[in-house]
Amino acid sequence: MGHSAAGYYFKEAVNSLVRNNWLSLASVGVVTVSLFILGCFLLAAINTSAFINTLESMLEINVFLESNLNKSEINHLKEQLKFLPGVSEVEFVSREKALENMLTSLGNEKDITENLDENPLPDSFRVKTKSVELAPQVAANIYKFNGVSNVIYGQEVVERLLIVTRWIRITSLTSVVVLGLAAVFLISTTIRVSVFSRRKEIGIMKFLGATNWFVRFPFLLEGVVLGFSGALLASIIVYLVYTIIIDKIAVTMPFLPIVGQMDKLAPVYLGLLVLGLLIGAAGSSISVHRFLKV
Amino acid sequence: MCVVVRFYNVTKIYKNNSVALNNVTLHIKKGEFIFLVGPSGAGKTTLTRLIFREDLPTRGQIVFNGKNVVRLRPGEIPFHRRKIGMVFQDFRLLPQRTIYDNVAFALQVTGASNHWIKKLAPEALKVVGLEGKAKMYPEQLSGGEQQRACIARAIVNNPLLLIADEPTGNLDPGTSRELMKLFQEINGRGTTIIMATHAWDIVDSMKKRVVALSGGKVVRDEESGVYGHGA
Repeated sequence: MGHSAAGYYFKEAVNSLVRNNWLSLASVGVVTVSLFILGCFLLAAINTSAFINTLESMLEINVFLESNLNKSEINHLKEQLKFLPGVSEVEFVSREKALENMLTSLGNEKDITENLDENPLPDSFRVKTKSVELAPQVAANIYKFNGVSNVIYGQEVVERLLIVTRWIRITSLTSVVVLGLAAVFLISTTIRVSVFSRRKEIGIMKFLGATNWFVRFPFLLEGVVLGFSGALLASIIVYLVYTIIIDKIAVTMPFLPIVGQMDKLAPVYLGLLVLGLLIGAAGSSISVHRFLKV
Repeated sequence: MCVVVRFYNVTKIYKNNSVALNNVTLHIKKGEFIFLVGPSGAGKTTLTRLIFREDLPTRGQIVFNGKNVVRLRPGEIPFHRRKIGMVFQDFRLLPQRTIYDNVAFALQVTGASNHWIKKLAPEALKVVGLEGKAKMYPEQLSGGEQQRACIARAIVNNPLLLIADEPTGNLDPGTSRELMKLFQEINGRGTTIIMATHAWDIVDSMKKRVVALSGGKVVRDEESGVYGHGA
C-alpha cells in the first residue's frame, strides 16, 4: 500500500471517531475503568508478594525451653540444634533479653507489664532454617528434644497471607474479565454503528474494487485507537494514584516494603497498554466480521 | 477480433425460483457499444451483475478478459472489478465528498499513489467536462453533471469495460443526448460499453448493436439495431 492508503486509513478512523463521539467516549471510559482496576490489582499483587518474600526471609523458629535447665544443658541443646539437618543459624535468647525485646516492641503500651511481679518469659532459641519449606520438618524434630517446652514458627502467618493474596487475585481477575468483556462489547457496538453509518460508502468501495482489507482496516484501526486511548488513560491514572500512595505510605508506614523501582513496574504499564490494544482489536474484529459483508 | 465478455449457456435462477436468465450465450467484442433492451424483469440487470461478479450464475460459464468469472477466488474479485467501470441510474456519489474526491476515491481504494491520483483524477474530470466543478459537492450539481461525475469515476482507472445501468433514467432528453455523446467519445477511445436502457429514442438514433432480452432469453441480437417496440 502506498502512503496515500496509510493516510486514508488514519483519516477515516479519526473521522469516524469524531462522528460517533459519545459512543467513542463511553468505550474509552470503560476500557479506562477496567484497565485501571486491573492496574491497581497488579500493583497490589506485586506488593503483597514482595511483602511475603520479606516475611519469609524473616521467618524463624522460636524454641522455648523448660525453666529448670542449667547452663550446660542449654549449651548441649544448642550444639544439638546446630547439627540438625536444615538448620542454618541458632541464637540463644535469655529470658531477660526476651522481656527487653517485648518492652521495646510494645513501645507506648509497655504499661501493661507493670502489674507483673516477675518475668513470665522462658529462655529460648531463635533457629533459622536454610529455606522456608524446611521449617515445618525442623520444628517437628526440635519438638522431640528433651528440655524443649514449645516450638513456634511464623508459617501460619505466611499461609494466611497467601490465602488473602489468592482471594485478591481471584476477585480481581473476575472483575477484570467481566469489565474487559464489557469493554470489548462496547467497542464492538461503536464499530457496528460506524459500519452502519458508512454502509453506503462501503457499497461504493466494493464496486470500485476495494479489497476486503482496504474496507476493513479503518474500522479495525478505529477499535484499536479506542482501546489504546483507554489503556493510556488508565496507565496515567494508575501511575499518578500509585505515586501518591507510595509517598503517603513512606511517611506513615515506613516499614512496609513498597515496590517503587520502575524496572519492576514497567511491565505493569506495558501490559495495560498491550491489553488495551488487544481489547480494541477484539471488539472491532467482532463487528467487522459480523456486519461487514464484503 | 478480441472478445472481452463471453457467456456460455448462462442460467440464473433466484432463490424464489424466478428465472432471471435462461440459457444465454453471448459474445461481446473489444470496443463494442452494446445496448441491452427489454422490459423490466427481462434480466438486463442480472446480466450486468453476473459480469461484475456480484452474483454467481446457477449454470453456465462467464469469461471476462480471458478469465473465468465463476471460478474467481474471493481475493481476486476486487481486482476483477477494477477492470470494469460502473455507472448507475442513481449516481451513487458520496455526498460528503467533493466531485474531485469522489473521482480520486476510485483510485484510492486501489491503493494508487498520491502522485498518480493527482495526475489521473483531473484528466478524467476533463474528459467529462467537469474540470471547473471539481471542488463542488454532488448536491450542488445538476443531475446531468452528477452523472458526468459518476462517469469520470468509472473511467478514471481506465477500465476495459464500462457498464451503465439506465444511466439516463433520471435525466431529461436534452441532458441524455449530451451524455450519449460522452459515452460515444469514451467508446471511441477503445472502452467497451454495455448499456442497459429503456430510452428507445436514444437506441434508435445511435445505430449500435442491440441485444434484446425477454423473460431471461436473448430474443434479438442485431448489429446497428433498433429498440423494437413489443420486443
